[in-house]
Amino acid sequence: MIAYLIRRLIYAIPILIGVNLLTFALFFVVNTPDDMARMQLGIKRVTPEAIEKWKLQKGYDKPLLVNSRAAGAGQLTDTIFWHKSASMFVLDFGYSDDGRSISHEIATRMGPSLAIALPTFLIGLACYVSFALLMTLFRATTLDIAGVALCVVLMSISGLFYIIGGQFLVSKLWHLVPISGYGDGGFKFVVLPVIIGVIGGIGSSSRWYRTIFLEEIGRDYVRTARAKGLSELRVLFTHVLKNAMIPILTGVVVVIPLLFMGSLLTESFFGIPGLGSYTIDAINAQDFSVVRAMVFLGSLLYIAGLILTDISYTMVDPRVRLS
Amino acid sequence: MKSLAGILLLLLLSACDEWNNPYPASEAGQSILYTAFTERPKHLDPAQAYSENEYEFISNIYAPPLQYHYLKRPYQLVPQAASLMPTVTYQDAQHRSLPDDAPADRIAYSVYEIHIKPGMRYQPHPAFARTHDGRLEYEHLTPADLRDVHVPGDFPHSGTRVVNAADYVNQIKRLANPQLHLPIFGVMSEYIVGLKAYADTLQQAVQMHPDAFLDLSVYPLPGAEVVDDTTYRITIHGKYPQFAYWLAMPFFAPMPPEAERFYAQPGMRERNLSLDWWPVGSGPYFLSENNPNRRMVLTKNPYFDSERYPAEGEAEDDKAGLLADAGKALPLIDRVVFTLEKETIPYWNKFLQGYFDASGISSDSFDQAVQVSVGGETSVSDEMREQGITLSTSVAISTMYTGFNWLDPVVGGSSERARKLRQAIAIAVDFEEFVSIFANGRGISAQSPIPPGIFGYLEGEAGINKLVYDWAGGQAVRKPIAEARRLLAEAGYPDGVDINTHQPLVINLDTTATGVGNKSRLDWMRKQFEKLNVQLVVRSTDYNRFQDKVRRGDTQMFYFGWNADYPDPENFLFLLHGPQGKVSYSGENAANYSNPDYDRLFLKMKNMENSPARQAIIDQMLEILRRDSPWLWGYHPKNYVLQHGWLHNVKPSVMANNKLKYWRLDAKSRDALRARWNQPSRWPLWSALVLVLLSGFWLWRVLQKKEACSR
Amino acid sequence: MMPVILWSDALVFLLLGACCVAFWHIRRHEHLLLPWRRVGRSAVAMCSLLVLSLFVLVGLLDTLHYRVALNGAYSPEVLSVFDKLAEPLRLHTEKTYSAPLAVALYAKESTTDEQGRVVRTYPRLKYGGAHLPEASGYDVARRALTGAIAGVLAGLLLGFKARRAIGVTVVILAALIGMTLNLAAVYHVLGTDKVGQDVLYLSLKSIRTGLIIGTVTTLVTLPLALFLGVAAGYFRGWVDDVIQYVYTVLSSIPSVLLIAAAVLMMQVTIDTHPNWFDTAASRADLRLVFLCLILGMTSWTGLCRLLRGETLKLREMEYIQAAQSFGVSSMRILSRHIIPNVMHIILIALVMDFSGLVLAEAVLSYVGVGVDPSMISFGTMINGARLEMAREPMVWWALAAAFGFMLTLVLSANLFADAVRDAFDPRLNRS
Repeated sequence: MIAYLIRRLIYAIPILIGVNLLTFALFFVVNTPDDMARMQLGIKRVTPEAIEKWKLQKGYDKPLLVNSRAAGAGQLTDTIFWHKSASMFVLDFGYSDDGRSISHEIATRMGPSLAIALPTFLIGLACYVSFALLMTLFRATTLDIAGVALCVVLMSISGLFYIIGGQFLVSKLWHLVPISGYGDGGFKFVVLPVIIGVIGGIGSSSRWYRTIFLEEIGRDYVRTARAKGLSELRVLFTHVLKNAMIPILTGVVVVIPLLFMGSLLTESFFGIPGLGSYTIDAINAQDFSVVRAMVFLGSLLYIAGLILTDISYTMVDPRVRLS
Repeated sequence: MKSLAGILLLLLLSACDEWNNPYPASEAGQSILYTAFTERPKHLDPAQAYSENEYEFISNIYAPPLQYHYLKRPYQLVPQAASLMPTVTYQDAQHRSLPDDAPADRIAYSVYEIHIKPGMRYQPHPAFARTHDGRLEYEHLTPADLRDVHVPGDFPHSGTRVVNAADYVNQIKRLANPQLHLPIFGVMSEYIVGLKAYADTLQQAVQMHPDAFLDLSVYPLPGAEVVDDTTYRITIHGKYPQFAYWLAMPFFAPMPPEAERFYAQPGMRERNLSLDWWPVGSGPYFLSENNPNRRMVLTKNPYFDSERYPAEGEAEDDKAGLLADAGKALPLIDRVVFTLEKETIPYWNKFLQGYFDASGISSDSFDQAVQVSVGGETSVSDEMREQGITLSTSVAISTMYTGFNWLDPVVGGSSERARKLRQAIAIAVDFEEFVSIFANGRGISAQSPIPPGIFGYLEGEAGINKLVYDWAGGQAVRKPIAEARRLLAEAGYPDGVDINTHQPLVINLDTTATGVGNKSRLDWMRKQFEKLNVQLVVRSTDYNRFQDKVRRGDTQMFYFGWNADYPDPENFLFLLHGPQGKVSYSGENAANYSNPDYDRLFLKMKNMENSPARQAIIDQMLEILRRDSPWLWGYHPKNYVLQHGWLHNVKPSVMANNKLKYWRLDAKSRDALRARWNQPSRWPLWSALVLVLLSGFWLWRVLQKKEACSR
Repeated sequence: MMPVILWSDALVFLLLGACCVAFWHIRRHEHLLLPWRRVGRSAVAMCSLLVLSLFVLVGLLDTLHYRVALNGAYSPEVLSVFDKLAEPLRLHTEKTYSAPLAVALYAKESTTDEQGRVVRTYPRLKYGGAHLPEASGYDVARRALTGAIAGVLAGLLLGFKARRAIGVTVVILAALIGMTLNLAAVYHVLGTDKVGQDVLYLSLKSIRTGLIIGTVTTLVTLPLALFLGVAAGYFRGWVDDVIQYVYTVLSSIPSVLLIAAAVLMMQVTIDTHPNWFDTAASRADLRLVFLCLILGMTSWTGLCRLLRGETLKLREMEYIQAAQSFGVSSMRILSRHIIPNVMHIILIALVMDFSGLVLAEAVLSYVGVGVDPSMISFGTMINGARLEMAREPMVWWALAAAFGFMLTLVLSANLFADAVRDAFDPRLNRS
């Protein structure tokens, strides 16, 4: 198990390097360091000297990938890529282009992101699974068909409409919760984004779980269990749910670490100061330092999710061995 | 799922009465102003900040020598930290005094002597804290000392100090500090004596000791000298009457060297402790909470006692109740809470709900709130009037224009053909319609770059652009489209087709417009060109690419705007001055317009005091501009403030950003009204609960029956 | 008149050609036809296909582009056959907002009446209800009714032989279309937007954008996912390692970031080569095609993983093991045995992806990395309409129109996709 983990972690390094290179390439094909300087310095009265100075201060005065003027290892290390990327492998994210500590920013923004994402995930999972179980319970009846139809309709609506409609009804018309924001006594700020998040996912997820349960329910052991006289509810909850765990886990565990990254849409619509809105702002402000930090963090968490998935298999199914 | 929903509902039902109040209940009844900011400020250091959203904060924190009078119009400079207006004396090249009426070309230096009020004190800050024996307490901190420190308030002690003239001089020196980003160094180094050389000196010092603290007091700056504790002098090259306007900007606020030294200690920057993040000022407020992702809080500076509410204003100010507080000590509100609100819909709704006290942003959602009455006066809609919301407007000191690139072979240049083409387009693009659709009448179509309220702007027939408008029935009337077609034909494009090549005329418009609501503006613009049968191709791109294109002169038409630094025509007319050309000199003349006559007149007009002679020159310059038509003059947007009835003393001022200290609010009536407007409708919750229970019960019954059948 | 073939048009024609070839191929092989017969038996599938094909029809008409000749030269404006058919809708623009079926603008304006006094009234529209002296609900009802009746008659004529469910759908659709046509002749059925463009026209134009995003993207996804997935599963070893590495890297980058970076990059390319484009339409079009490419690049990894897994399973099958030992070349094994056996997975993935892509376009446009702002799409419509919700009184029709059209399109696509999956997926037991 330990050996497996170590191997996976080592395997992650080339992936992270690849991710870094790709982000770097995509970003600097688009933006020259001069562009970034102008973006940061604003439009009024910007002189070429000011741009040169900015580049020098932020470390963008070096060549991008290969420094032909340096000697030896300096050819690779005295470059923007090396300076901006190498430190990230020890989780030192450095400073954003407007001079703020990125680690500090990530630390303070993680809370709000999680405050939305975690309840959405947990409540969502509970709702989807129960909804799917209900449909399975009443399979092939009008209720099931109505449920599936509802799912299809719900998943055919763009997420934007859920947010716009939710804000309009709940906050503007009914005055139930603040329309946006985040603050002390966070509960009332969190309710609406969480509900909208849950409803937004209900269509596709419930349908997916339903197919998993249906597949499971057609198996022989279920028939045997039923033949033994177990009630339908017992069969569903003890046998089917347990055996459906593996396919559910594959889809679910991998997203758990990514919850840290928050949701781009929800956060920017509701003005929640999380990592999702941080990412959007960084894209709009073309802040390379932040973008690559967020990409790095994202891929790190994704890989963590993959490893977690593998581990969770062994927990659910003792037959699976990690080697 | 059912139990979860139940818990959720119970929690909701047990929540406090004002369910949608985004602020803690404990803040009720306090003298706190709630307002919003839409963009996080990048810099809060007075030497680095140069944009509107940054000034919104630091103008209330820092106290430069001068300010604009809050009530009087046209805008007028009055002392703020200075005890009286600075005295200006002129000298010739040999530093001999000249009389006040000396001709401008003989004046080599102007000396500004500024007396500041005695006894002004800085905000409480740990940088000033002293031990019993009088040493600075936090002068030699180690990273270990900072372990539990995240904001300046985490230090157990704080102190203050009397502001002295040396602090003002220190800040002027900082304008050349090579370690900072300096937006106005370029302008100031042309004026302040020795500033350019000073920057070089500092640069060398930094290169020699890159990690050491740069102590500016070691290096004297000839153009800024301390006379005594409350007096200092600034010497500038030549005559530059507009310099006084700069003295009203935070660039010239006092900066205590203790603060710089304090923040330069190791470990500070890693904790975001810097002047750029935690200002240290002597103004009416200080920044007590800085979380630009969520909210920023300004708290009243307890040591501030140097200002009183003005006793005189314009004639109608007394009637409007703006003089009720005359003579009271400022500021009048204890705390100001700025909440980050990027999306306009929540911003607008919160304002209507009473959670923002005033709203000043101009955006689509505000248009419907404002009506233009028969007389052209703007007022709020009936529902809003019932809520006690009032509106005050003022024309912004800014201009939104559409430039033609002077270097472009089709639309640019001084040939008669291009000029006629531009004039035709100027008639076709109907900015009155634009203002009525997109600004709901809150704007004035521009006759020249100079907006109303600035010297050089003329009301009435004398001020209209005769090439685009006719004067009829007491107002400017746009010339008919037939006139534009005629001009287009004369330019060689009859009916939009090039007479030589027989190709249809296509004109490109470059914009950065990719955001919400911009599509309709572009659609509208295309419609305007279709009137002439000219195809408009909109090339929208991202900000950097756009800047790059403008810099390279690779555009035909482009949208641009300019916010003035100070209310003087020079600050607008220089945008078309040849030596400001973007492509050749990377200046501010984005259209690359150049006309020797204009340039000559500009230099003559530039340093004159406002006088009929200056007006005559400006008239001449505007006539040249209108004929050449290097811009579509566009429109001057009207700024406006919507405010709730409980907020008093609000008068829009486009020059003064430090207006918060004048405002007063009635927290009691605010609380009462907010509670009345925000009655939650509970029925959706109850019906949802009932629905869940009923369907749960029903499902259970169905299941029971099913079990019974299968047995 | 000069026909214009934009990049996206060419790709659509390519896709259309591929569909025809596939159709012809399937017609000739009974075993391939079998699952399609199952699809055909599903009433839901056929009804949604009917709705879908109406959308496709609009999209295709909107894909045939041309430029009008103007004394010797061609107009720089690129029109489509659909634009020509909907010419009244396109050209009848009002000044600004007007509600659905309204005869006057939505907001009061100051005008001068005959006596020279300034009064505030709702100005009449230039085109909407211009045949009436004043607003009349009677006229609307009469026109709606006659249109609907004509539609029902036509629908009965067309659908009388079909099965009941389909017949009913045909009649309902025909009634709706008839009603809309009859009303659209003199009214703005769905109102007008801020600059007075007809919202119905905008909604119909959005269809093509949505369809192209949903279909052309698969042109990119398909070859990448197919070849890489099958190769990884079949050859294993270092090939597998490299392909796995590539798709792990790609899928571990948050997709919005990847798309945003790529879209910005493409914008630079477009901006630095203005000479590539002779018209504004081709400029916006290339951006659309690029967006499809980018979406394809980010969305192939999922399908690739699926195919790799399936191929790994297949290559252990006895008949492939046997073929290998007989020395049949890898290429042949791949093309004869493996690819036909993963075809159903691909088909299911493609139809399922379609609706997701249409929805993604709206979100991307919100983030600012979607289609060109001058291009009409659901995303740009929603984006523009979002702020209108905050107006007082509210302007709801643009948002509602986008919602309705998008829901219909995605819903019918989803229902059809479900039927296809049910018919093709061997795992689902059918009795």
